Amino acid sequence: MRLEFTEEEQAFREEVRSFVREKLPPAIRDKVLNGFELTRADHVLWQRTLHERGWGGVGWPKAFGGPGWNSVQQYIFEEETALAGAPRLIPFGTKMVAPVIMAFGNAAQQQRFLPPISAGSEWWCQGYSEPGAGSDLASLKTRATLEGDHYVVNGQKTWNTLGQYADWIFCLVRTDSQAKPQSGISFLLIDMKSPGISVRPIMLLDGGHEVNEIWFENVRVPVQNRIGDENKGWTYAKFLLGHERTNIAGIGGAKRELARLKRIAGSEMKNRRPLIDDPLFAADIAQVEIDLWALEITNLRVLSGERGSRTPGPEASILKIRGTEIAQRISELMMRAVGPYALPFRREAMEAGWQSDPARAAPGPRYAATLAAAYMNQRKLSIFGGTNEIQKNIISKMIVGL
Amino acid sequence: MNFEFSDEQQQLHDTVSRYLTEQYTFERFRAINASPVGWDRTAWAGLAELGVLALNVPTAQGGLGFGPLETLSVMGACGRSLLLEPFLSSAVIATAALRAVDDAAAAELLTRMASGEAIAVLAHYEPESRFETQWVTTRAKKAGDHYLLDGHKAVVLHAGTADTLLISARIAGEPHDAKGISLFRVPREAQGLTLDVYPTIDGQRAAEVYLKAVQVPVGARLGEEGAALPAIEAALDIGLAALCAEAVGVMQALLDATVAYVQSRQQFGTAIGHFQALQHRIADMLIHLEQARSMSYLAALRCADQNVTERRRALSAAKALIGQSSRFVGQQAVQLHGGMGMTDELIVSHWFKRLTAAQLMFGDSDTHLQRYAALTRS
Repeated sequence: MRLEFTEEEQAFREEVRSFVREKLPPAIRDKVLNGFELTRADHVLWQRTLHERGWGGVGWPKAFGGPGWNSVQQYIFEEETALAGAPRLIPFGTKMVAPVIMAFGNAAQQQRFLPPISAGSEWWCQGYSEPGAGSDLASLKTRATLEGDHYVVNGQKTWNTLGQYADWIFCLVRTDSQAKPQSGISFLLIDMKSPGISVRPIMLLDGGHEVNEIWFENVRVPVQNRIGDENKGWTYAKFLLGHERTNIAGIGGAKRELARLKRIAGSEMKNRRPLIDDPLFAADIAQVEIDLWALEITNLRVLSGERGSRTPGPEASILKIRGTEIAQRISELMMRAVGPYALPFRREAMEAGWQSDPARAAPGPRYAATLAAAYMNQRKLSIFGGTNEIQKNIISKMIVGL
Repeated sequence: MNFEFSDEQQQLHDTVSRYLTEQYTFERFRAINASPVGWDRTAWAGLAELGVLALNVPTAQGGLGFGPLETLSVMGACGRSLLLEPFLSSAVIATAALRAVDDAAAAELLTRMASGEAIAVLAHYEPESRFETQWVTTRAKKAGDHYLLDGHKAVVLHAGTADTLLISARIAGEPHDAKGISLFRVPREAQGLTLDVYPTIDGQRAAEVYLKAVQVPVGARLGEEGAALPAIEAALDIGLAALCAEAVGVMQALLDATVAYVQSRQQFGTAIGHFQALQHRIADMLIHLEQARSMSYLAALRCADQNVTERRRALSAAKALIGQSSRFVGQQAVQLHGGMGMTDELIVSHWFKRLTAAQLMFGDSDTHLQRYAALTRS
């Protein structure tokens, strides 16, 4: 038993580290390290940078133009890039629809759709949830009726993250309303420019436009955009959800945010001493740091168990629950750290440009303006990707056997 | 990075688990617990025969020369079987202290401990020290070719079981000084040494140790005069890691028992394990257990680290978290067993008590959280 990575793995870490140091634009790095909003262009630029290095398809095998990393390498990549302030990978293309296309799509679909995902030239969003189908996803109602060589799609999807930027959406649609809920679902790839699609923003509690609802009115989708067999979509959907769970613990991001919390707590004063020396706050920081350390080792245990393979097992539910709880806790402590200056709320302060404009001095320290919004936004972590309660169902059924 | 046990470690684990499962049943535990001395020589001899008592003894002293990972691989089974014999006190902690002082007298004692012939325990903490390791008020006065020891050692685990006590005493300085502490090898039967033996909450035996002008020869001092604290701390740290592994074994036992119970217990016409409130509680228990297991590995891997700051940071993180996990898993196991969890008849309550004791030993979670915060700040 040993905690240290192998020499090759450490060399790989160095390689990733020096790549990010060289290629990550300082403006983007500054935004990530200080919690400012990233634009579509920021994400696309980073994806292109990765693609030029041959790393556009994170998690992809070499046969499809990916770097062919094993799960440990992918872990190291995600940790190093997060620590260095790189944008998190937008998962919908590379990590979600791409593995489905590789496993179940035909050659034409693979050639058409995979290269633009790696290159960052096509943005994907996810069409899973509906107003009446959240945790109970199989109850979805969006209908697709076959008319000649087209499906005609009608219905409504919701919680489409960054759907306003998307060129394509992968959708679960009902193609057989007579069958059992799980057996009447198909998996369609739909061009967001198709007539009949309308995207409406959902404004969130932090004032941000991160998610949307998407309406489909007689949207015509060519049959060749169906993945695999008709009515087998649920199998593909479950496969996809398995892939969504890589890097689910978010260790690198949590470490980065913990360091930021400590910087802030070192600058803030309480009772004429740095907040970080306050016994209660110091205990709160120590607790979350210890929790993160334990999760990191648990994550490494899971990883070393799956070296060589690629799909995480049900243990990923443990990582999801603890990872999201820890990330939420860190964001909460950051908000609390700035005391009354967590209160002023200016939506425009989420943009890095506004912050650095000397004509518009923010009330309070520069780092304070985004913290309350970030805390509120992070509440999503325990809700999306399968709520933490659903994760506990998975643990009790799949691991404990209840 | 890998988390596999070596063949040797796996074999040790299997051997000890099998032996304890077969020989150290719950009935035997109860019988030993009810006996006046609270431990069993036959069981001790059995462990000696397996070679377990020689685990941490250097090969030069007839031992196996193993370390914390091998200790970890047997501690879980000791916890599950609620071992009452002084394995942790003698074969882990006192052994580590004797190894650390590097002394001819220590070597002789280690040889006899490896065979199970001798039992030694470390008597260090005092009524006022709580968990501050350098707080020592027990005095050692040199008088010619001997020392005179005076003082009071608190809650010394298995002191009444041991034939030798390793007693820390101050040669010089103030109670909180790191320097000026020596370690003495004192026979339990020494004149002036009295024990007040009592059972602890989990059925082990401990004692208050009183020293009144206890006379020991100069040769009873282990290591250089006044320089024993690093050896004492090294031993306590190795013991802490072992205790963490034991707690994980108990938590696993409690989770297994709780899962089995909710699958068999019928209420409202169905097994109560079908209720989501209980399923989620058990999922939470499993999450706590797995985080605790991770930290027990960290503790074992770091407890003998030469870098004292890094070692303590890891151990404090582990003990803080494992204390919290122990509390949650122990309390919820009793809760989910309902009234049955409250009974003396079920092993569950005894596991709960062992876990509660483990939380209180070597510093509770708050103590270690605070120490971790202090170590991380600098």
